[in-house]
Amino acid sequence: MAVSIKNNGQKIWQLRDRNNQILRWFFLFIAVAIIMYCWQKISSQTEWFFVWDAPRIAGDIGSRALPPRWSYIDQLWEPLWDTINIATLGTLLSLFFAVPVAFLAARNTTPHPVFCRWPALLIIVSSRSINSLIWALLLVAIIGPGIFAGTIAIALRSIGFCAKLLYEAIEEIDEKQVEAITATGASRWQVMAYAIVPQIMPSFAGITVFRWDINIRESTVLGLVGAGGIGLQMQSSLNVLAWPQVTLILLIVFIAVIISEMVSAKVRAAII
Amino acid sequence: MSAVLASERRKWRKPPFIRNPLARWGLIVFALVYLVLAIGTMEVNWARVYEGLERGKQFILAFSHPDFASRWSDISAGMIESIIMTITSTAAGIIISIPIGLGAARNIAPLPVYYLCRGIIAVSRALHEIIVAILLVAIFGFGPLAGFLTLSFATIGFLAKLLAEDIESTDRSQSEAVKATGASWLQWINYGIQPQVMPRLIGLSMYRLDINFRESAILGLVGAGGIGATLNTAFDRYEFDTAAAIIVIIIVVVMALEYLSGMIRARLQ
Amino acid sequence: MLHLNKLTKQYATGDKALTDVELQIPKGQVVALIGPSGAGKSTLIRCINRLVEPTSGAVVLNGTELTRLGAGALRKARRRMGMIFQEYALVERLTVMENVLSGRLGYVGFWRSFFRWYPQSDVDEAFRLLERVGLDHMADKRADELSGGQRQRVGIARALIQDPELLLVDEPTASLDPKTSRQIMRLICELCAERGLAAIINIHDVALAQMFVQRVVGLQLGEVVYDGPPDGLSPDILTQIYGEEDWEATIAKVEDDDDDLAEGAVA
Repeated sequence: MAVSIKNNGQKIWQLRDRNNQILRWFFLFIAVAIIMYCWQKISSQTEWFFVWDAPRIAGDIGSRALPPRWSYIDQLWEPLWDTINIATLGTLLSLFFAVPVAFLAARNTTPHPVFCRWPALLIIVSSRSINSLIWALLLVAIIGPGIFAGTIAIALRSIGFCAKLLYEAIEEIDEKQVEAITATGASRWQVMAYAIVPQIMPSFAGITVFRWDINIRESTVLGLVGAGGIGLQMQSSLNVLAWPQVTLILLIVFIAVIISEMVSAKVRAAII
Repeated sequence: MSAVLASERRKWRKPPFIRNPLARWGLIVFALVYLVLAIGTMEVNWARVYEGLERGKQFILAFSHPDFASRWSDISAGMIESIIMTITSTAAGIIISIPIGLGAARNIAPLPVYYLCRGIIAVSRALHEIIVAILLVAIFGFGPLAGFLTLSFATIGFLAKLLAEDIESTDRSQSEAVKATGASWLQWINYGIQPQVMPRLIGLSMYRLDINFRESAILGLVGAGGIGATLNTAFDRYEFDTAAAIIVIIIVVVMALEYLSGMIRARLQ
Repeated sequence: MLHLNKLTKQYATGDKALTDVELQIPKGQVVALIGPSGAGKSTLIRCINRLVEPTSGAVVLNGTELTRLGAGALRKARRRMGMIFQEYALVERLTVMENVLSGRLGYVGFWRSFFRWYPQSDVDEAFRLLERVGLDHMADKRADELSGGQRQRVGIARALIQDPELLLVDEPTASLDPKTSRQIMRLICELCAERGLAAIINIHDVALAQMFVQRVVGLQLGEVVYDGPPDGLSPDILTQIYGEEDWEATIAKVEDDDDDLAEGAVA
């Protein structure tokens, strides 16, 4: 806010003073310039002829994709079951690693603020930076295609996510309860089990279910790179341009994701 | 005295988490049966895994000498494309998310608009980016345009949902006070709602920028531009040194973005 | 029994919380520690069981020099000192019984405590204490379902089940209403008398302190400025501890209302 007084004594009110205003316009200008430049780059790499043709192509695909081929559903139950298993087992597997990593990364529980905390943070950021599809790509190259690779890929990606949220929860606990248990003469591990674990239990359960929900979504596409689940069917349907089958798969994926989201929301509401 | 004696004999067990024994044991048995069945479907070809261990070791060792040089032109072109897609799609996503987020907030939108906007959000959230990318590549052809559209669409599902939830939890009395002054609808949004949700919206946008970059790294797998294509090629040819280099760059960029968004969020508080 | 010898604490920020504190407490004596906020009361009792590490000086409990103990021996020493907290510091998501039994953690091994297999004698003692503080029927309630006064009773039971020789009590009544405050103070003092425990009680409320204890120690800016009977707290001395104020109303004798404990326990 800035109030200035004119020569004739009149008070002028402005939200910001002049320098501030100029600075804001300047940043806005820079931001717009960057975005325009980026857009221009994209535009130069685009065949605009195809783009103008897009509505026709979309209409064409749409007309070929409908109605879904309902009979194909017989071949989808097993991949769907695999998809759910990949998500569930992957989430469980990731917890085995995420919990210790979180305790090493949290400022108030780490045994050493540099030698333990930093490696833990590095594990978290590496795991989080790399998409599960890339992990799957890598694992398919290393241990071969299949559900196993998919499960490990989901687990590797989830470690960082769960550990990050969990260590933030650990850092937010009430230190007085920890102090009280320490004062009874409890050992380090007992303090952990009695004062810290009960406090983070609700967040732990919430994080797990939340990540499971995300993993259902992620595991529907792992098949595209050969890591099992319903994505395999999608890939093979796309390869032969069987659009009615693709529609059915998308429909199933959509329903599965909505149901898992509902389950996860219910469980999280029940915990709190 | 007898009361004291009675208390001496009292046993104590921790009360179980689920009090109804039938529900408790039912759940335990269900979980065990599920685990056995699920692990049963996991056909692990241990011989293949054993063979793979050697390659896994090579991959991990590759991080000690990542090879930036030999495919540098591919890497840099892919990386720049990823970053360009990230910036444009985040900007476009934010601009589209705001009206949809307003429409999806129950306390300010009429019911038909509410259902329409919630529907858009549900579709955007349920479909994985890569599925959307496949469809858009089929429609718009290969290249970063499809990637840009994919990420913009995904941003809408994320930002609009959180924005709508944020608007729904705003303080009613503040917005009512603005309404009472006789403000028009837009003025009402501008004075009554916007100040309450702005800091979080900026924070979420920064977070989405980070997510969009990470997602942009996979869109190349289906031809929608970005670093993913280069990474895929590197894996296919077992060029782990190059793959390691790309992964290192991704991690560094993500860390930089996280640092930046942390700084911006701290300044907003 | 407890001897503090030139106890000094300086925080890393350079603030000196305690300066050469000299204190002798014989067995079975209850001492009230009064002083304004920031006088170092909390730091003093935390230095005794080393939740805060003293900078220099010695804490001697029954001939053991606590400041020199290693981690294992310190845990053994902590078992002999029960601590009661402001705002109770119960583990809120555990049951009342688990909170009380957590006082035995220094005596049982990790796995035993993890699976809640406490020796029957501990469980008996826990029930006896819960009965004594009037919460027998609440054993399986979760701690966050209790009222403030009830929580503090659980906190007292947790400290007593350690079988301590010394109670360290940090502002036990700070978040309680006046009536409950008195009940809690009376309970603590009665229990100390029953078991012959020494206690150091940090307390804001001078009148409450005068009502229950035999000895008052006044702390100001980390130094002991008064040590004597409660009657000796004249307006001059209170001014020295707390600063200028009209003290007549504060030290006027307060009538002790006679509501019994059981009534308060049910409430």
